[in-house]
Amino acid sequence: MLDPSLSERNIVHGGRATRWGLRTIALGYLGALLIVPVIIIFFEAFGDGVGNAWETVTSPDGQHAFWLTLEMVAIAIPLNTVFGIACALVLVRQRFRGKAFLNSLIDIPFAISPVVIGLSLIFVYGSVDGWFGPWLLDQGIRVIFTPVGMALATVFVSMPFVVREVVPVLQEIGDDQEQAARTLGANGWQTFWRVTLPAIRWGVTYGVVLATARALGEFGAVAVVSGRVSGETETLPLFVRKQYETFNLSGAYAAALVLALLALATLLAMNLIRRRDSAVVAPTTAALGKEGA
Amino acid sequence: MIGYLSILVLMPIAAVVLRSTEGGWDAFWTAISNPQAFAAIKLTFVVSLIVVAVNAVTGTIIAWVLVRDQFPGKRIVNSLIDLPFALPTIVAGLTLLALYGDNGVLGISGVSFTRIGVVMALLFVTLPFVVRAVQPTLMELDQDMEEAAASLGARPFTIFRRIIVPNLTPAILGGCALAFARAIGEFGSLILISGNIPFKTEVASVFIFGQIESGNETSAAAVSVLLLAISVGVLTIFHWLSRRSLRHA
Repeated sequence: MLDPSLSERNIVHGGRATRWGLRTIALGYLGALLIVPVIIIFFEAFGDGVGNAWETVTSPDGQHAFWLTLEMVAIAIPLNTVFGIACALVLVRQRFRGKAFLNSLIDIPFAISPVVIGLSLIFVYGSVDGWFGPWLLDQGIRVIFTPVGMALATVFVSMPFVVREVVPVLQEIGDDQEQAARTLGANGWQTFWRVTLPAIRWGVTYGVVLATARALGEFGAVAVVSGRVSGETETLPLFVRKQYETFNLSGAYAAALVLALLALATLLAMNLIRRRDSAVVAPTTAALGKEGA
Repeated sequence: MIGYLSILVLMPIAAVVLRSTEGGWDAFWTAISNPQAFAAIKLTFVVSLIVVAVNAVTGTIIAWVLVRDQFPGKRIVNSLIDLPFALPTIVAGLTLLALYGDNGVLGISGVSFTRIGVVMALLFVTLPFVVRAVQPTLMELDQDMEEAAASLGARPFTIFRRIIVPNLTPAILGGCALAFARAIGEFGSLILISGNIPFKTEVASVFIFGQIESGNETSAAAVSVLLLAISVGVLTIFHWLSRRSLRHA
């Protein structure tokens, strides 16, 4: 005889006690770990009054850090967007040897420490004993300890996002429409601009948003290759740490607040895009893509 | 495209591997068996495993609550899960310091500059991985199975253990693998809250950073390669387990 409390709702959604228990655990954990700390930034930033916070952020070094950060994003994101779309097209639409290798190469920035990424760039582009550093120096290009190296580091860490977001979308839409366009006489470019790109646009946008968030906040890789000179090679995350270490705490929190607001804008964009197009996948699922998850 | 990847990714990684073995195996061995390096690697490994274990449990609970439970504000909570992906790591470290630091808001001492601080920071940055891996699987899970089990007299815990967990295992393991890879290489959120005390709270990435700063690049490369090897090794084990559990599910 079935217990009447075993209604469909109770089985799948848990009994009342279970539901409340798990809800409390989940929300409590999220609150303590995630939400409270972020609210704290606001309070700490203005702990010494609005004056000091404002002064730090608008100081010449602070402004320089802000614009340099945006510059890094402006270099890394267009490069990785073009590369990401091309790479995703090749991975989904073509068969070739070494595809699995290419696939794992793309995930490398997810799998290794940002510090190691910075170190690896020093070994290749370092002016003293890097592979190409001395030659580049002869051409008048210094990479390490300049914004050039910082841009390289930013490009490296933000590389996989667009590829990983576009691949599942391309797989899902298939190539029927592209073939139809070809049959009707469209050339490769026309097919891409009029058929493929419109179909994958939300996937691309989502990848761009994720890559931007990463590029804005990158710390480790940039810290290694930048030399961290205030007013010259200091991005906003490096500026935050410098303020903290020079005991300008409220200044550090104020600069962190600027970054946090940018992050919240990113989060908002992520949610708006995901609501528009259910084909875009959460970043984790994208990274799991190879398993077909 | 291959050129772009080679210049950007392949060559730099090859350079680290070659550089670490430049002085022969002896030099490599000396670099990684240095007590400070060894302590840093061990701490990183153990702490990452703890963090992944916690994530496997809390991540699954959070995913369950977000999929099966109904409460006001659920959509906002759902979107907040991605916050650690969006928030710069240095900001994450700074906020945790504000909260749990010795002069922190909560007034708890003994978190910042300790291994607990390291664990807290890593829990923060790895939070989304398991949740986001389990959520879609749980949404697709056929609820008929659970109802059938209940009608045959299975109690809720039995249903959870025999039906829900086996079906979610591949997703949980996949999320854990990514969380582990992230934890083992994490730098930005740790540099402030861990205090970077050698033999105590210094993790491998911070150790490597220190070696680079003091011009000891070959030693930095050796530890990097070991870190890379551990990361690849653990990812392989997770993938193997995940495939195995898929077969037995």
